Amino acid sequence: MTEFAGSQYLIEIIYLIASALFILSLKWMSSPATARHGILAGEIGMVLAIGGTLLHHGIVDYKWIIIALVIGSGIGVPLGMVQMTAVPQRTALSHAFGALCVTLVGTAEFYLRTPNVPRFMMSVLSMEVILGGLTFTGSLMAAGKLQEILPQRPITYKGQNLVNLLLFLVAVGSSVYLVLHPEAKIFFPIIVGVSLIFGVLLVIPIGGADMPTVISLLNSYAGLSAAAMGFVINSKLLIIAGALDGSSGLILSIIMSKAMNRSFTNVLFGAFGQVQVSAAAGEEAKPVRSATPEEAAAILSAANKVVIVPGYGMAVAQAQHKVRELYDMLTKKGVDVRFAIHPVAGRMPGHMNVLLAEADIPYDRLIEMEEINGDFPQTDVALIIGANDVTNPAARTDQSSPIFGMPILDVDKAHTVMVIKRGMSPGFAGIDNPLYYLDRTLMLFGDAKQFVGGIVRELGGGH
Amino acid sequence: MGSNLIDALFVFMLAAFIGFEVIRHVSPLLHTPLMSLTNALDAIAVVGAIVLVGEKKSTFATVLGVIAIVAATSNVVGGFLITDRMLRMFKSSRPTKP
Repeated sequence: MTEFAGSQYLIEIIYLIASALFILSLKWMSSPATARHGILAGEIGMVLAIGGTLLHHGIVDYKWIIIALVIGSGIGVPLGMVQMTAVPQRTALSHAFGALCVTLVGTAEFYLRTPNVPRFMMSVLSMEVILGGLTFTGSLMAAGKLQEILPQRPITYKGQNLVNLLLFLVAVGSSVYLVLHPEAKIFFPIIVGVSLIFGVLLVIPIGGADMPTVISLLNSYAGLSAAAMGFVINSKLLIIAGALDGSSGLILSIIMSKAMNRSFTNVLFGAFGQVQVSAAAGEEAKPVRSATPEEAAAILSAANKVVIVPGYGMAVAQAQHKVRELYDMLTKKGVDVRFAIHPVAGRMPGHMNVLLAEADIPYDRLIEMEEINGDFPQTDVALIIGANDVTNPAARTDQSSPIFGMPILDVDKAHTVMVIKRGMSPGFAGIDNPLYYLDRTLMLFGDAKQFVGGIVRELGGGH
Repeated sequence: MGSNLIDALFVFMLAAFIGFEVIRHVSPLLHTPLMSLTNALDAIAVVGAIVLVGEKKSTFATVLGVIAIVAATSNVVGGFLITDRMLRMFKSSRPTKP
């Protein structure tokens, strides 16, 4: 013990510094001006922590460590270079990888220590593999849905909640039994297996529009499972990193659930309360007014203030670069163009901001919902590109609407509303949008990228 | 052992509060990079996997540990990389105000 005390102290001091750097890293993320320092701090902390760990006196063989680090880096590089439109599924995939690591280490620790696992340790160990296991498969499912390998529509069946509840109870019950009877090894694989199945079943009933909440929640679970692992291997650094990640995911889930008017307990227990909507498609066609790119261009160039509302449809159509051209063109004509960002627009928190930033739109033009909502009455044109439910005035007025109470962008208060949409089919949640039938609304039917391109051509040709 | 665990609980509690306070101030603009950054930081779990593999206590543990290191390292490298790429894209409009 005393022989290694020196290096042990050194490692702990290194971990202490790394922990401080991690906290600074997140602190610097609070503003775009300092955020890149945050990455540097995080990277230095990470290198220090891994380097310090390699000094650990218990390590007798480095061969496989090095091999694994090299392979992992090799996989990490392409994962870091994906297209910005693929960021939601990449994020889900990395939650899965993080959870996989935690679950595997937890499993190995159990079999190395059993049957001499103290009770407290056994409880955190079960927590580690339950959260890790369900986050692993749940995140894989989420990534599959986002990549559209799996159907984005919710997959539901009768008694779904009951099955989920039972599985969860089996996992927790087995853990309790194992805590009380550490020799009953057989319960460990049951806990892991049930958690893996639970993760799948938890995510399949969730539709694409709920993904921002789900990804945040899985983020939080991944962090908590890492913190639990920190308790098991007695690493304060891991406890701190896990707690930071856990609270970050939790805050994001709270923000997302508020933005969708879901109760927080609803989110916390994974009952994402998918809105069951009677698919009222194909009913009587109410009259709408539509317009061509030429007409839209004429209205836009006559405006003083334009607010563009992007949604997932813009991401799907990869229209962000055309939108940037439109922004440039209008700005050159002296039109004040801003972007209204709903917290749950897209498939993960902040999705729209990243896409628009990728297209080189300055971030001070991207305005949050609370800030811009008061400006819509003074806005000449609200141009909606691929967003639907977040603009639906029924959320304010129609008590029977499934999205009643959800905070929305008040686009219907603008003088003219223009909606780029492929057709009149209802949005993701299957809810009809009364906005489209207003007198001041013009429907611009077509693919977002092509339509915006058409407007840009008209604006360019007019000069 | 017992006091270690209590210490660990205190650390967890304090870190969770710090996390809440620090992250509450993150601009919604940066929520996506925030998530990829916390993901990379979370992959510090790799330290546990490294010790597991290095100690070579059983083949089973080593195999699981190697997979764990691969998974976590890909998060570290990929997470920092993509966060940096995203943040480089966030630009303010030029100070040429009319």
